[in-house]
Amino acid sequence: MAKPILLLSAVLVAIGLTPISFGTASPSSRHVHVRARSYEYTPATIDVQRGDRVTIELESTDAVHGLRIDGYDLELRSSPGQPAQLTFLADRPGVFRVRCSVTCGPLHPFMIGRLRVAPEADLWRAGVLAVVATILGVGLGSRRNSRPGQRPMATAP
Amino acid sequence: MNRVNLLRWPTVRAIVRSRWPQLSLQLLALAGLGMLIVIGLVGTPVGNRNLAIAAIWIAWWAVLMLLAVPFLGRGWCSICPLPLPGEWLQRGAILRPPAVRDEQAAGPRGRYRNGALGLGLPWPKRLRNLWLQNVVFLALALASLSVLTQPRTTAWVLMVLAVSAVAVSLLFERRSFCRYLCPVGGVIGLYSQASPVEVRVIDQALCTRHTEKTCFTGNSEGYGCPWQVFPAALRTNVSCGTCLECLRTCPYDNVAVNIRPFGDDLLRAERPSLDQSFKSLLLLGSVVVYAAVMLGPWGALKSAAANVGASEWFAYAAGFLLVTVIATPGLFWMAASLGRAAAHLRARPLEVVRAFTPALIPLGMAAWASFSLSFLLTNLSYLWPSLSDPLSAGWNLLGTASLAWGPYVSGISPWLQVAILLVGVAWAAAHVRRIADRLGGGLRLAIPVLAFNLIPAVGLLWIFVG
Repeated sequence: MAKPILLLSAVLVAIGLTPISFGTASPSSRHVHVRARSYEYTPATIDVQRGDRVTIELESTDAVHGLRIDGYDLELRSSPGQPAQLTFLADRPGVFRVRCSVTCGPLHPFMIGRLRVAPEADLWRAGVLAVVATILGVGLGSRRNSRPGQRPMATAP
Repeated sequence: MNRVNLLRWPTVRAIVRSRWPQLSLQLLALAGLGMLIVIGLVGTPVGNRNLAIAAIWIAWWAVLMLLAVPFLGRGWCSICPLPLPGEWLQRGAILRPPAVRDEQAAGPRGRYRNGALGLGLPWPKRLRNLWLQNVVFLALALASLSVLTQPRTTAWVLMVLAVSAVAVSLLFERRSFCRYLCPVGGVIGLYSQASPVEVRVIDQALCTRHTEKTCFTGNSEGYGCPWQVFPAALRTNVSCGTCLECLRTCPYDNVAVNIRPFGDDLLRAERPSLDQSFKSLLLLGSVVVYAAVMLGPWGALKSAAANVGASEWFAYAAGFLLVTVIATPGLFWMAASLGRAAAHLRARPLEVVRAFTPALIPLGMAAWASFSLSFLLTNLSYLWPSLSDPLSAGWNLLGTASLAWGPYVSGISPWLQVAILLVGVAWAAAHVRRIADRLGGGLRLAIPVLAFNLIPAVGLLWIFVG
């Protein structure tokens, strides 16, 4: 029982970790206009390609808002009527959280957006790992049944 | 590894049996609670700058879900300040029971059973379950975004909980509030089954022979079990508050504080009651909704959740209830029914639902831990300025008042969340398989339940890294 489970898990992990490209395009310069208002960014997800030179222009419409990109450690701030912009090279693929870095109201800690740098397959990988975790768990569970536990239920003939 | 009784070491035994270390921590927690209520009321109304919010919802909650519950089980309940004032009034004492002058005058409840003050009514039989706790949890959960972000609301919630605890202590016997009402205690109790700590009797036969049952009735060394539990009957941690009174009242030193394998209760649980099953599903559904609201990019959803009483909030509340009270239990029921049919089991679907409840505990606990980790790593840096200037009066007590906000390890934190969640997925799958085999259904019974487990797991993964 253990060997097939380990083998299947290894295959799934290998599939999960294989670099996958979902419709990648050649790098280019991107200009993205992001509107910030309490407590969201529009667009909520910024989609770019790896290698793109990305310029984000932040326009706050109701209060001072910030935009900090996790993983890239970049930040900019904008007041109403005073857009701000930054340019960076999207050299790391993946999904990165974008957070407001200026206290803008009660829900400020939850003002979140996303930067998605393709080709990324984080969710795919995580999903495969969840299936692997399930299979490994099933394997472990079947080995632990010598313990005391629940009584069997009757089955239909 | 089976069990190691920590009390076999005299030093540990002395520390655990003495009331002073526990009381010191309780007093510290009580002082902290009082201080945070005041700070919540008079400090800055800006949530992330107020110590009440930062200390409770960022630091305490994360420590509870990431460390205290998984590793110490009900450890927090043993020092929780909320029931203390009511309990002290009930007992007419803060430390050990006062000397009994007149056993008759102490009344049928007796001094050792917390009968000094209050009516000492028995908790209604129909409510001796987790249903009321589930209702209180839901009520708080529906307003949670407002509570989490508004210091005054947090302070009021704490005050209502503290006053309720006192009122219930004066009306009903022992810790009825903790056992049947406290919304946090319900979460801790359920997930404490996965923890590696337990309080259990050593020799059950000795308890049977001991006619006085001082662990339940109390004696001059300590009070009868405040949680209304007969320790010899304990099978899981759900109802044991680890208050340690039974250690003090047992004349035979027949109570142990054991270190045991993680999740040992889950292996032993006979079909848990329906209220426990529902609570497990309620918590699982809630954490998915919380993650979507608080970690997702949907501003309209956040605003709806925060504007309690507004028309959009009613829509949010309806959605929340739909997911947590109807969809999650409904899907689980369907999964259990499918497995039951595939395995040709004769048992009723609800029996199968109850039987699989232990498998929901590791998944739910990991889901809450992974959700709370994001909260902690992103917002912990708000704690330092608010600690340095707790009343927003321009102080700089620790020199950290002007420390800028910045999330910690933001590059890897989503994958730390994924790792924690996947541990829960694997652990839950092991229990699903084990339970399915025990019930005689094998993989046919297990597969639909495994598929159900993957629904909230993938939903959370999508929010964490999608």
